[in-house]
Amino acid sequence: MENSYLQFIENHIGIFLQAILALGFVVTVMILTHLVGPKRKTARKLENFECGIEVQGDARMPFSVKYFLTAILFVLFDVEIVFFYPWAVNFRELAESGFFKMLIFIGPLLFGFYYIIKKGALKWE
Amino acid sequence: MSTENKQEIVSDGYKGPGFFATTLEKVVGTARANSLWPLPYATSCCGIEYMATMGANYDLARFGSERMSFSPRQADLLMVMGTVAKKMGPVLKQVYTQMAEPRWVMAVGACASSGGIFDTYSVLQGIDKIIPVDVYVPGCPPRPEQILDGIMKIQELVKNESLRRRNSTQYKELLAGYGIE
Repeated sequence: MENSYLQFIENHIGIFLQAILALGFVVTVMILTHLVGPKRKTARKLENFECGIEVQGDARMPFSVKYFLTAILFVLFDVEIVFFYPWAVNFRELAESGFFKMLIFIGPLLFGFYYIIKKGALKWE
Repeated sequence: MSTENKQEIVSDGYKGPGFFATTLEKVVGTARANSLWPLPYATSCCGIEYMATMGANYDLARFGSERMSFSPRQADLLMVMGTVAKKMGPVLKQVYTQMAEPRWVMAVGACASSGGIFDTYSVLQGIDKIIPVDVYVPGCPPRPEQILDGIMKIQELVKNESLRRRNSTQYKELLAGYGIE
């Protein structure tokens, strides 16, 4: 056991070394350029770049999540349809066991659906 | 092709069999000159000529400048191509201010260089009214060959620029003259 580990390391030492070297080179060069490169840090220079136009407001502003919520819930309930199709096609072959398995699958989802309706997540106004 | 005909990338240095020694300044200058990232600031027809310059026929990539940068943070060379209205002035100045150090500017075409035929109240009479310019390319619009010539002139400047130039009082006065910190 111990031997095979050593063997593995011995066989792949080249790859490890190259990975370390490649990563080390990138990191070193990135740090070096930041240290050595010329820079000028003034307020105007460090301002956000908005194509040269004066910045207005903040990029992080509150906005309504209504649309997002509806969209994400749609995606959630849309995906489960994908599972319904093969089930519907093989309904007879899968018989009762298939039906109960589907119930187990759809049960929590239906509960979730009931939950979001009660929460009012789908109310637009 | 014989080796004598080959153009030297770094011209002066100490050469021997199997080695070449030169100053750090030359190495840095050469590296910079051959990897200029242009920021195209194209406002009119000179911009179309620039597109031809970037295309396969003229191929700016030969000069190491194929990577256009649309953010000033990663650009070394500001290429102003076209008429700049006075209202556009502050925008251009802001773009220049936010460029990476060290930075160079090329005014392409008559309008960017001097206002060109638009000798009118609304047009900036040359971008050197608001930002320092390194190379002017004449023409209305200039042909791609002329833009390439401008690039080569810029490369010449970059290659031979002293590493301390940007710290010199002369340069600081120049920037202060334009009101750029």
